[in-house]
Amino acid sequence: MLADLLLVLWTLIKILAIVLPLVIAVAMFVYWERKVLGWMHVRMGPNQVGPLGLLQAFADVVKLLIKEIVVPTNASRFLFFLAPMLALVPALAAWAVIPFGDGVVLSNANAGILYLLAMTSLGVYGIIIAGWASNSRYAMLGAMRSAAQVVSYELAMGLALVCVLVLAGSLNLSDIVRAQQGGLLHWFWLPLLPMVVVYFVSGVAETNRAPFDVAEGESEIVAGFHVEYSGAAFALFFLAEYANMILVSFLTPIFFFGGWMSPFPAGWGAIGDGSFFWLLAKAFLVSFLFLWFRASFPRYRYDQIMRLGWKVFIPIALLWVLVAGCLKYFHIVTPGA
Amino acid sequence: MTIQLLAFYFFAFFAVLGALLVISLRNPVHAVLSLVMTFFSVACIWMLLDAEFLALALIVVYVGAVMVLFLFVVMMLDIKVAAAREGFIRYLPVGIGVALIMLAEMIAMIGVRAMRVAPPPNPATMRGESNVAWIGQALYTRYLLPFEVAALILTVGIVAAVALTLRQRTGVRHQSASQQVAAVARDRVRLVSMPAERGDDGAKS
Repeated sequence: MLADLLLVLWTLIKILAIVLPLVIAVAMFVYWERKVLGWMHVRMGPNQVGPLGLLQAFADVVKLLIKEIVVPTNASRFLFFLAPMLALVPALAAWAVIPFGDGVVLSNANAGILYLLAMTSLGVYGIIIAGWASNSRYAMLGAMRSAAQVVSYELAMGLALVCVLVLAGSLNLSDIVRAQQGGLLHWFWLPLLPMVVVYFVSGVAETNRAPFDVAEGESEIVAGFHVEYSGAAFALFFLAEYANMILVSFLTPIFFFGGWMSPFPAGWGAIGDGSFFWLLAKAFLVSFLFLWFRASFPRYRYDQIMRLGWKVFIPIALLWVLVAGCLKYFHIVTPGA
Repeated sequence: MTIQLLAFYFFAFFAVLGALLVISLRNPVHAVLSLVMTFFSVACIWMLLDAEFLALALIVVYVGAVMVLFLFVVMMLDIKVAAAREGFIRYLPVGIGVALIMLAEMIAMIGVRAMRVAPPPNPATMRGESNVAWIGQALYTRYLLPFEVAALILTVGIVAAVALTLRQRTGVRHQSASQQVAAVARDRVRLVSMPAERGDDGAKS
């Protein structure tokens, strides 16, 4: 019994060691996003709070936490408060199977990819319930759009991951990274190049980010599903969205760009060794794409989003499952070589 | 062992609670969400049994897709709660009949199970393989034909569903994305070069 309790305690410590840096990373990412958008718009971005404006995100958190939470009339109170938690829990839970380095993973689950798909598909409940419980037309419209969008893009994302697992021969994320061993040209981006695009764009759509942010659509439906939320409840939605964004930024390198492995040959000493910092650097580059997209592209129209998901991505992904199968069958790509 | 047992009772409690709420709550949206809770709790119980694949597939397919669409439909419909309650007494005998048959089947199954001396060991853990790999192996070798037949039936179902709901509407202006992409400025605008005119009164007035 005591051993069990110690195990639970030790696991809790490990969870905290992931979640706390993640929350701080979200705060810094929000600052970085505003800075990058500012530079791209030839503005300064936040520069008043703390040196270089670094403390801006923390000031915003404090501001949100001391604001009043307004519950709309005739809103379903229980669901209204449940929704932000339902959005946040899967966004954090998905991090359990992320391998940060060789053997550095909270849960070395064999069905890692399935677990990730399950967690990302649960996230949509927070949005739908928020939209319904708010008793607001705008929120309802946002929830409807989000439900259709997330369900559609999950298929394309799932098929892209099927290609990865066909080549790697495993659902375990650490094994998938190990299957890409052997340097830059052995990473899966090369045989699965179209899937990198499909996966990342689907990831952008799944996280409801620009140019696929019709669930929020400021110019049409004010702020979509979270229009009635204020204060700490809004902060939870915000945290969930950014945690999901950083999650996709970590998953793209893990599936396609060799995870923690170094792009340099093993003989080059310290920079040739794989480490957490390589994964972090790759994730940083991928997360920059989110900001670049946001600054560059106008919002997709709703029917165009559906067209892209169903008529473009899913056929390409289905075809590439076949291609990946052939690559594997004829030993053109061998895992771990 | 004790923690596993506690977890089982915890998940089982919420599964049963959710199932009861589905049939007792007045608001259809609340009822659907209770059903989601039941599915999720059952998936957790399967996870306790090391049935990773089934548990996660239940969440991905039912909780993540089917119930979302269910919720989508229920939210859009304006269901009258009173009307939905009207048939309760009329359908009660049928409901009780179905429940009794299911109860009898379950008791029979448990009875057959109990006659075995010991439950067979989990073949996947015996070989040191993961549950997912074991299921994949079984489906694609031993049960390949039934698996492919099931897949074919599902595909026919999809085609049938699309064919039933597809309607050709007239008078709708469609956009053709390929045409839009292929559009060139030359085809749309004709640039005509003409000399500047020098009028007597045009410039002055």
